[in-house]
Amino acid sequence: MRGALMTLHVLSVLVEDKPGVLARVSSMFARRGFNIHSLAVGPAAEPGNSIMTVVVNAGEIEQVVKQLRKLINTIKITELDPVGSVEREVMLVRVSADASKRGELLDAAGVFKAKAVDVGATSVTFEMTGTPSKVNDFLELMRPYGLIDVVKSGWIALARDSKTRNLRAIS
Amino acid sequence: MKITVAEALIKALEFEGVEVMFGHPGGAILPAYDPLYDSPIRHILARHEQGAGHMAEGYAQATGRVGVAIATSGPGATNLVTSLANAYMDSTPMVAITGQVPTTAIGNDAFQEAHTWGISMPATKHNYLVTDPEDIPDVIHEAFHLARSGRPGPVLVDLPKNILNSEIEWHEPTGRVDLPGYKPNTKGHPLQIRAAVDLILEAERPVLYAGGGIIAAGAHAELLELAEKANLPVTTTLMARGAFPDTHPLSLGMPGMHGTYAAITAMQKADLLIAVGTRFDDRVTGDPDAFAPHAKVIHADIDPSEIGKIRVAEVPIVGDARIVLEQLNRKIDKTLDGAAAPDHAAWLETIGDWQRDKVVHYEQDPAGPIKPQFVVEELYRITGGEAVVVAGVGQHQMWASQLWKYTKPRTWLNSGGLGTMGYAIPAAIGAKLGLPDQLIYAIDGDGCFQMTQQELTTASTEGIPIKIAVLNNNNLGMVRQWQRLFYNERFSATELTDHTPDFVKLAEAMGCVGLRAEHPSEVGPVIEKSLTINDRPVVVEFRVDPDEMVFPMVPAGGSNDVVAMSREDLE
Repeated sequence: MRGALMTLHVLSVLVEDKPGVLARVSSMFARRGFNIHSLAVGPAAEPGNSIMTVVVNAGEIEQVVKQLRKLINTIKITELDPVGSVEREVMLVRVSADASKRGELLDAAGVFKAKAVDVGATSVTFEMTGTPSKVNDFLELMRPYGLIDVVKSGWIALARDSKTRNLRAIS
Repeated sequence: MKITVAEALIKALEFEGVEVMFGHPGGAILPAYDPLYDSPIRHILARHEQGAGHMAEGYAQATGRVGVAIATSGPGATNLVTSLANAYMDSTPMVAITGQVPTTAIGNDAFQEAHTWGISMPATKHNYLVTDPEDIPDVIHEAFHLARSGRPGPVLVDLPKNILNSEIEWHEPTGRVDLPGYKPNTKGHPLQIRAAVDLILEAERPVLYAGGGIIAAGAHAELLELAEKANLPVTTTLMARGAFPDTHPLSLGMPGMHGTYAAITAMQKADLLIAVGTRFDDRVTGDPDAFAPHAKVIHADIDPSEIGKIRVAEVPIVGDARIVLEQLNRKIDKTLDGAAAPDHAAWLETIGDWQRDKVVHYEQDPAGPIKPQFVVEELYRITGGEAVVVAGVGQHQMWASQLWKYTKPRTWLNSGGLGTMGYAIPAAIGAKLGLPDQLIYAIDGDGCFQMTQQELTTASTEGIPIKIAVLNNNNLGMVRQWQRLFYNERFSATELTDHTPDFVKLAEAMGCVGLRAEHPSEVGPVIEKSLTINDRPVVVEFRVDPDEMVFPMVPAGGSNDVVAMSREDLE
């Protein structure tokens, strides 16, 4: 039970949209000593419910799932594996750039399909959407130029259509 | 008909069949106390909200019904928290109602405001802050449903004062509960039942490890049937004492830190543990990596999160203990089809040798001092074991568990998981209200007694004739035992003042009868006398030897392979 290698697990958690549900989830994680890597929450398809995408850094995910399941307002939990799901993250990053560096930065951003959303005298702000690892790669690429501000949405994820899962036509 | 939410609350409680509630009024909950004045529900005015909470727990533990506590906002609610945490640990069904400052004041640090919903969240199975007056009938019904169903536990409902004062159209709770994420699984999966029966019939050294879930589920008859059918020795945890008769030849007694040598060692040598309604608590397992190293595990529990939490189960079964045991019994009948089950003769003989040879002795010198173990044995002898025993936490609790032969469920009430000192007096009051015709005898320590003694005033003024034996060793005995064994006898802060308070005078000051035994020859007579007084609570102080220690003992975190039967074994 103990000593298993720590890895990131992505949980898609359907919960009732009631006041305090987020507090219940985060309080449970704190109390049980589980590590949240990222957490994003928003309304689910059916009204009255929310979907949380929780990324957990844990050796064994079974206890985390069971303890989440035990919360009265939790309806359903799905563990998403990277192959069978689509994972995305949004990042806004402001990079230090005077006029001499601006072209170089915009070129690099073009490769990553990052969008310049604010250009100032001393900095450029990019919006980047992609898989969490892609987003990270772009962030590392920007780092040497001097990061002024970074903000990330946290992971969001959805299972792929089970019927087309093997086709992987759309990424 | 328009009524206030406060009136609706009391009606909803009546609708749930509540006959008694334990509480203490205050500003924010005042609106609820007004309709309570006219209600058939009896209200017991505790002297402290913690006492009210433990009374609700004692009532629930003794009867199996939901205990109800009520308190005001702020300090009223925070004082309840210990009892909530206690009920959560011991899976006791309880509903707590608390007042809250008006919704317009919430968050403003108003007078007697505390964030009750947040504070109680990790100490409850679920909790509510009601902000829509129309919700009240259904929230109360949901709270009772959650408290009593699945794995039982405490549920808190926080009610702002302006909500309590607002008016709604009364409607009876529909009885429906809208909890899409809450569907406890009660029936074991047939494939798992079959796998479990295969293991049970193959095992050579099985042990049936029964926990508090047996009592919660009312599964004692099914447990007895399984044990006898498959010749399985049974150990009952601290929360399960009475779930299986201690007088039965297959009984091993209690496992764990202060369990019997036979129970501890049988688990260490077992090739199969059949764990039902239990959670591999650290006080049972000792070092979990060294616990029952040869055993495969069948683990049945209503709470899936308990399975695999501490120990991997070869056969996990999610379900209600009574239903799962019934499934196992029927499957064994079918599998055996008239053939005899393995008799485990050699295994039971080995266990019998341990039971005969590995026992803890104490000597009661007729000249004194009184041994605390002697008091428990005399209480058992004189009452014929016909009492509900309620304990606090510490040495006296262990002796009361070890030396009493429990034969029926719900005759042993204590604070097992949280280890809340002071549990005994208020829990005994709650138990007596639930079982008015039963002899309720609390066995308490002098440290525990002083944590909740004010509830004796509650008992005497409300006419609740409980009996309390105080094993007074002038010390925090269990802490002192550890200091003696592991801290070089440096008795830091464990000595309570020598015979202060005067327990007899204190009892009398609170409207109880106070009795005392200072000499071994007085123990029997004073117990006899206590049994003749039934119009008032009775406190019997026994001045006992402060140097006695609880054995057997497995030191905290140690391997259960090493069981100390006396102090010499630890040196």
